[in-house]
Amino acid sequence: MISDLAILLWGVAALLGVSVLSIAISRRDLATRLVYAATLGISAALFVIVTSRLITAPLQVSAIVLPLGLPWIGAHFRLDALSTFFLIVVNFGGAITSLYGLGYGRHESAPHRVLPFFAAFLAGMNLVVLAADAFAFLLSWEFMSLASWALVMAHHREQDNARAGYIYLVMASFGTLALLLAFGLMSGPVGNYTFDAMRSTGASPLVATAVLVLTLLGAGSKAGLVPLHVWLPLAHPAAPSHVSALMSGVMTKVAVYAFIRVMFDLLGEPTWWSSIIVLFLGGLTAVLGILHALMEKDLKRLLAYSTIENIGVIFVSLGLALAFKANGMGWAAALALTAALFHVLNHSIFKSLLFFGAGAVLTATGERNMEKLGGLIHRMPVTSFVFLVGSVAISALPPFNGFVSEWLAFQAVLQSPDLPQWGLKVMVPGIGGLLALSAALAAACFVKAFGITFLGRPRSAAAEQAREVDRYSLLAMFVLAALCLLAGVLPGLVIDGLSPVMLSLIGNRMPVQMAEPWLSIVPIAESRSSYNGLLVFLFIAISASLAALVIHRFASHAFRRGPAWGCGFPDVTPATQYTAVSFVQPIRRVFGTFAFRARERVEIPPPGATAPARLTVEVHDVIWETFYQPITGAIGFATEKLNHLQFLTIRRYLTLVFLYLISLLLVLVLWP
Amino acid sequence: MALILELTVQGAQMGLVLLLAPLLTGFVRKVKAKLQRRQGPSLIQPYRDLLRLMRKEVILADNASWLFRATPYLIFAATWVAAALIPTFATGLTFSWTADLIAIVALLGSARFFLALAGMDVGTSFGGIGSSREVMIASLAEPAMLLIVFSLALVAGATQLSTIASFMGSSAVGLRVSLGMSLIAIIMVAIAENARIPVDNPATHLELTMVHEAMVLEYSGRHLAMVELAAFLKLLLYVSLISCVFVPWGLVTATAGPASYGLAVVAYIGKLAVAGILLAVFETATAKMRVFRVPDFLGAALMLALLGTLLLFVSRSL
Repeated sequence: MISDLAILLWGVAALLGVSVLSIAISRRDLATRLVYAATLGISAALFVIVTSRLITAPLQVSAIVLPLGLPWIGAHFRLDALSTFFLIVVNFGGAITSLYGLGYGRHESAPHRVLPFFAAFLAGMNLVVLAADAFAFLLSWEFMSLASWALVMAHHREQDNARAGYIYLVMASFGTLALLLAFGLMSGPVGNYTFDAMRSTGASPLVATAVLVLTLLGAGSKAGLVPLHVWLPLAHPAAPSHVSALMSGVMTKVAVYAFIRVMFDLLGEPTWWSSIIVLFLGGLTAVLGILHALMEKDLKRLLAYSTIENIGVIFVSLGLALAFKANGMGWAAALALTAALFHVLNHSIFKSLLFFGAGAVLTATGERNMEKLGGLIHRMPVTSFVFLVGSVAISALPPFNGFVSEWLAFQAVLQSPDLPQWGLKVMVPGIGGLLALSAALAAACFVKAFGITFLGRPRSAAAEQAREVDRYSLLAMFVLAALCLLAGVLPGLVIDGLSPVMLSLIGNRMPVQMAEPWLSIVPIAESRSSYNGLLVFLFIAISASLAALVIHRFASHAFRRGPAWGCGFPDVTPATQYTAVSFVQPIRRVFGTFAFRARERVEIPPPGATAPARLTVEVHDVIWETFYQPITGAIGFATEKLNHLQFLTIRRYLTLVFLYLISLLLVLVLWP
Repeated sequence: MALILELTVQGAQMGLVLLLAPLLTGFVRKVKAKLQRRQGPSLIQPYRDLLRLMRKEVILADNASWLFRATPYLIFAATWVAAALIPTFATGLTFSWTADLIAIVALLGSARFFLALAGMDVGTSFGGIGSSREVMIASLAEPAMLLIVFSLALVAGATQLSTIASFMGSSAVGLRVSLGMSLIAIIMVAIAENARIPVDNPATHLELTMVHEAMVLEYSGRHLAMVELAAFLKLLLYVSLISCVFVPWGLVTATAGPASYGLAVVAYIGKLAVAGILLAVFETATAKMRVFRVPDFLGAALMLALLGTLLLFVSRSL
């Protein structure tokens, strides 16, 4: 009997095989279909295996050592509850993206730059989650980063893509460096690189602090934690849309996995103040991410910024879980961690859906700029419907799935007055407020994203002539939209499915939800809090159809089309509509003056002059300007100065060598 | 048998909120008119308006989509469900555990989401201005509301509205600073959410600072009737919410029996009347503020709510 883990590794090998094979055939016509069909098949098979494992034998741990990599270590792989859950996210994302790619990939101008790396990227993400020693982990991590970097650079001649790729490469290397140091510290003086050894040794407080900071830098930069997020809104949109979906929906989750693996598993018992850092960064990330998304008029960049927000929400829940775990409040920790993992799953579903929708719009109109779109609901009815579902879900509105995980996070916040530390007591309500603020802003952001893109009148000829996209893309989006609703109305199923992860990481779990009457979810007790998505959905559906039925039957069902009323001022051109920039003007005034140093300048020519009046909006990326510009400036300055060293005479070079020798000798002499 | 009775009471509550909602708005209008020494329309004018609108033909803008036509029913349904989940005269009804206070707030958020989209559907600048301002107001009012929910939940130990109401009705509450802050904050939020003076003026159609009326400008006939009814329901919802949490006297439990139900309904109607008079007096006494003063107003509500929650985190007895 071959074990699950072995099958998974064979699956990864098959993905790598597809990757190599696709190099050979990528210039043929059929290549796109073949490769995506193959990745779809493999990912779907892996998805079925891990899902059935989570249902049948969730707590079982299996491990394999392969004679690969460094000869005296080998490559360790391990499958436990946590990695099983994340493999579900990875392989479901892989399968659905491949399905979408079957249709979307046909419009690809350079398939040979996408196909090999696509399969390799999927293999890399699987390997990261399976790896069980530092060497295999870092190797897979770097492999995943490079494969995704290649995908970002697929259209390298397009404007700004090269810069996006460069910044991504720098940030990814920086992140891997931080993780390398973190694992180096955890492996201790003996230098045992397997996760098992790290788990059993534990770390001193000083080491634990350093590891926390390094993991936040390493995993956080990949996930998009502020202030390490700068590459994300550049790189994610630059890739082809289905890869953007994979990067935003799945790769950021692999980074979350790395964080959970280190903080909850390898590092042993957390300290309470480590949760303060995580909570603070999470809250900051959530609000700044969504504010940036609001200011954006490029649809894909908006989605990328919204990913940052969701990562913030996940990290807030993780911070709460750390705080509860450190204080021995197991059930509350299980609640918070469930909220985090539920949001991981949710975000991977609806963010893929939304990126697919953006890809469909891009295919149909060639535009990512919302100011050139509009009115697509008439031309692309199916895409607009599923995009609407995704928008409602990501805005955390019932009865869809996004609301359930937010609700669980709020319930976790409400358990925190029992925490003994004052620092946490004072901080958590503020973080809860930030969470609520980011949820409200997310709704505003997606009213804008959907409203400007799909509603109103077309703002360009391209939007006017848009056509609905192919059936594979629509099918993929429909599956995801259905899952948004399904996870929203049957959240108990997901919570129960997640419980083995809590059991293995915390040793505690939420109460069994599927046993509750009417399939409600009850985190603690019904008298305290409960939510039933199914009934809410049914009630809304029934009362809406009842109202429509009664009115149409007994009152009137007549209707007539006519020109829009608009208070008697007919707007002749679509340019008079609200745009993406003007829609957020009130929010920019409220939050932007502080968060982005946003300024508006109005120039009105004197009476009689024929010059147009102008409104200039100035928005700063404060993080980039305060953290990154000084660094790039300093590096630029240093290289400029060092450049002189290339143009010295031979005498000066010899002097330099001599001085260097002298100083080395001095150091040797003075060294104790 | 017990189930049938329970379902009847739940149904009665749904019917009650639906029936009383237009009356409350009519009552506020009447009191306002009296305060301005006008005669004012009759109390049942909102019912007549609704019936008239429902019988009329709908005129749709040329490029209105299916979303525009579905939205009135959706927001009506979401608001109605939310209103029916709030204890009006009895706590612990059959379906009261379907959604807790956080979910009720979020349900109203769903309704607003669709209304804001409908405002943008036709593509006129009026619709855009309404939606744009509505989401700005919501982005401050919603977190304030959630923080108020946090305060209540921390005091009562639950986010379940029936539990909160019974706890507030018991003698265990006492006077608390945090509850006072929550009360002020929730009134401010309710004013903003229901588009009342000083945030928005429900009586105008042609004013540059209008918000709610600008979004629904393109609606007519039965669609407009649904939107209006949802707005009536929302006002009733907030009044019921505030009264069931802060003035929970007269509430009975679900198993009390018909006589107590009758008494409790009378008490509920009394509370609505008092709230209606207070609202009318407040609206008559205040002037509408500039739209960019609204963030200050709501920011104050947000800070009050945050302070209340913070106090509770620091000490459970404050």
